[in-house]
Amino acid sequence: MPSVSMKVNGSEVSADVDARTLLVEYLRSDLGLTGTHVGCDTSQCGACVVHVDGKAVKSCTLLAVQAEGAEVTTIEGMAANGDLHPMQEAFREHHGLQCGFCTPGMIMAATDMVARHGKDLDEATIRRELEGNLCRCTGYHNIVKAIAAAAKAMG
Amino acid sequence: MTDTGIGARVRRKEDKRFITGHGNYTDDINLARQTYAYFLRSPHAHATINSIDTAEAAKAPGVLGIFTGDDLAADSIGGLICGWLIHSKDGSPMNAGGHPALAQGKVRYVGNEVAVIVAETHAQAKSAAELVDVDYSVHDAAVDTGSAQASGAPQVHEEAPNNTVYEFGLGDEAATNAAFEGAAHVTELDIVNNRLIPNAMEPRAAIGAFDQGTDAYTLYTTSQNPHVARLVLSAFIGVAPEHKLRVVAPDVGGGFGSKIFIYAEETVCVWASKKIGRPIKWVAERSESFQCDAHGRDHVTNAKMALDKDGTMLGLRVKTIANMGAYLSTFSSAVPTYLYTTLLSGQYNIPAIYAEVDAVFTNTAPVDAYRGAGRPEACYVIERIVETAAREMGLDPADLRRKNFVTEFPHVTPVIMTYDAGDYHASIDKACEMIDYSGFGKRKAASEAAGKLRGLGFSAYIEACGIAPSAAVGSLGAGVGLWESAEVRVNPTGNVEVLTGSHSHGQGHETTFAQLVSDKLGIPVDQVEIVHGDTDKVQFGMGTYGSRSGAVGMSAVYQACDKVVAKAQKVAAHVMEAAEGDIEFKDGSFSVAGTDKSMAFGEVALTAYVAHNIPEGMEPGLKEGAFFDPSNFTFPAGCHICEVEVDPDTGVTQVVDWVAVDDFGTVINPMIVEGQVHGGIAQGVGQALTEGAVYDTESGQLLTGSYMDYCMPRAVDLPELRLAFTETTCPSNPLGIKGCGEAGAIAAPAALMNAVTDALGVADMPMPASPQNVWAALQGAKQAAE
Ligand code: FES
Ligand code: FES
Repeated sequence: MPSVSMKVNGSEVSADVDARTLLVEYLRSDLGLTGTHVGCDTSQCGACVVHVDGKAVKSCTLLAVQAEGAEVTTIEGMAANGDLHPMQEAFREHHGLQCGFCTPGMIMAATDMVARHGKDLDEATIRRELEGNLCRCTGYHNIVKAIAAAAKAMG
Repeated sequence: MTDTGIGARVRRKEDKRFITGHGNYTDDINLARQTYAYFLRSPHAHATINSIDTAEAAKAPGVLGIFTGDDLAADSIGGLICGWLIHSKDGSPMNAGGHPALAQGKVRYVGNEVAVIVAETHAQAKSAAELVDVDYSVHDAAVDTGSAQASGAPQVHEEAPNNTVYEFGLGDEAATNAAFEGAAHVTELDIVNNRLIPNAMEPRAAIGAFDQGTDAYTLYTTSQNPHVARLVLSAFIGVAPEHKLRVVAPDVGGGFGSKIFIYAEETVCVWASKKIGRPIKWVAERSESFQCDAHGRDHVTNAKMALDKDGTMLGLRVKTIANMGAYLSTFSSAVPTYLYTTLLSGQYNIPAIYAEVDAVFTNTAPVDAYRGAGRPEACYVIERIVETAAREMGLDPADLRRKNFVTEFPHVTPVIMTYDAGDYHASIDKACEMIDYSGFGKRKAASEAAGKLRGLGFSAYIEACGIAPSAAVGSLGAGVGLWESAEVRVNPTGNVEVLTGSHSHGQGHETTFAQLVSDKLGIPVDQVEIVHGDTDKVQFGMGTYGSRSGAVGMSAVYQACDKVVAKAQKVAAHVMEAAEGDIEFKDGSFSVAGTDKSMAFGEVALTAYVAHNIPEGMEPGLKEGAFFDPSNFTFPAGCHICEVEVDPDTGVTQVVDWVAVDDFGTVINPMIVEGQVHGGIAQGVGQALTEGAVYDTESGQLLTGSYMDYCMPRAVDLPELRLAFTETTCPSNPLGIKGCGEAGAIAAPAALMNAVTDALGVADMPMPASPQNVWAALQGAKQAAE
């Protein structure tokens, strides 16, 4: 079995994994970080989005061994010292979640979006950029509001 | 209104765990010595199983056991059930056909469970499944809804000749025929209500665990109604006695109906956990969700409306064929009957209605309740035909509706409903104002100048929620009562636990139920904990579906709170040496009228538990329960208007504006209710604009089996949604709540298709209004014009 090492939410981790292990499986099963979800088998729902070396990545689409040496941030790593990240805060404030299943992926994708577009991120861009994240509960309305508000707060 | 009571936009208590990644969904739970199940499914739509050879697979690495339908039969495990007995027009009971959890003798749709492989890992179970050798004799499949009853069609179940489950009728046929005779105008439409796949983002999952020490089973499952699951699994399927089965539905990632039903997979996981002697986990892959979650809708309908020359509605005649799929799922039979035909009067005063529904078996996945369940189909029929009648008669569609609105309540429709309260003029007037109805012509001209076709569509919907009372639904064939239970436990320190039989899978009950208690008991929401989803904690409950948790579930909490206050009042009177009638309870404090004596709620609670000084004969403690059975359905209603712009060159439809004016009665938390409306509209827009389950009509293969081919609505497909509420109070529950969970999904498809057909200038076109369908409709219209 190949071994893999990476930094997840600031901690060094390593393990021997079956070569076919997906990053999301490694995070959920080996590390017990169950905040990252699996909602599909075709890389389309975005429930599994994490940050790999600062970029939003669908962790169901990457083998664990491909993340060798990478810095990975999951939803569990977003609240620093217990303070919510402004994006997490915005999702709560704007009721951007209902069942919560898509939420971790949404928050991870959204913070990446803000990192790329800055505080003037407009609603049309947000909607377009959410192409890879499905939500069945909210109709996206409040997710869009939350991301726009967080972009301002983070700006 | 307090800051956290009824009507306040309280931020959700449950959010913290979801935004930080600490939710607890079924697949997040792992038990010691857990094993994994993989279901081998039928690749054929219709076949006889000649033999199943598991010998090779049993030897594969990690395999612990393989079971088939024969093993279930040997243990006398019963089939999955349909809990609502419908009778045909001739009085005969429906033809159900058996539904074993693992196929016995025959498979009837692609995805039908054939065997379960249990192994140390999911990958091992899945690999071993490939070694199971099933010998099938493949038969022709009945796939298409409209032709399932044709003579010579392949027969899905022997018990159902001509694939007909029942031939249901409701209303007065003779009176309806009479209404059509001599009518100045008749509008006729052939309508297909497209089949949908629910697609809650969390796939279904189950963990079954057997405890050898206590002979008790635990099932963790993605359920909207864990108690009903326990009842069905024990009393009907016979997996374990009810007191030896605990069902836990932890955080559940959306349901929309699809997680009401008791499916094969959880049944098998519980049962097999004893055989394996270890817990068994199953998590659906999304492709399994597409194949095997109960689908929704799938109606083929002919509808006719009779009107007199000034547009007064005289009669409505509807004939529908409803596809049930290959087996009758848990609630399936009720959906196209009592949840559909009963709503065909819409918001209108229609003197005569007659509806017939034939339910048919086909070799497709079972079809059951999906957000709205029957009511979207009814709304689609009535709102499409009213809009079409207006166009044919050259009348303004808003005026035609207004002319026929029910305005006096209670109003008894020809299809057995008693509308209790509503103001349909108020909602259409408000919606017209919000969208600037009179300015539409200008906007249309502007679109035209830009090469686009603009259309506007109304949907003045009504629905029925909180199905009740229990005795009435029982007389219509329901196998259970539809009340709800609650228990309010006041702790000695004055904070409160509320146990409810409702289940939250996105609806925010931990917040809204706490708001109600905060309002009733005068304590802050953070002093209230809502407990749900565990049959070991909550004694019994009917769960969450049909927009019932507010109207029914919260009413039970309301009643239990009243009982708590009544007892606390006695304690307070005793301690303060006052007459009970002189005790006033306000803002969390009991005071003696006309004095400055008072006791805080927490003090009274402590007194009740310490029990040193309580009225003689009173039992210590402060805990009360209630069961609430409403006296009628509730009738949320409203008006949605949308505007679309169609690009005639590409067939792309853009929804450019949407206003929704809804009357849900009392609103506990407007923020959460708006969220429910947003989500409902998105699902309705999905049905009308992007979604549609498609089977190959020959082979019965599901062609839309992943997100590659089944088009879920994305953020770009939806506009900013503009909402408003009107309010008439519902008289059949103490809170005046009507329910809000399904309204958007019910109203939206008709509004959107009315707008699209308006833009294209065509009488009808099939849903979804995908670029391909729109383009085809435009070409058809062009050819017709030439
Ligand atoms: S799980 Fe759906 S995109 Fe990764
Ligand atoms: S909140 Fe349920 S899927 Fe997005």
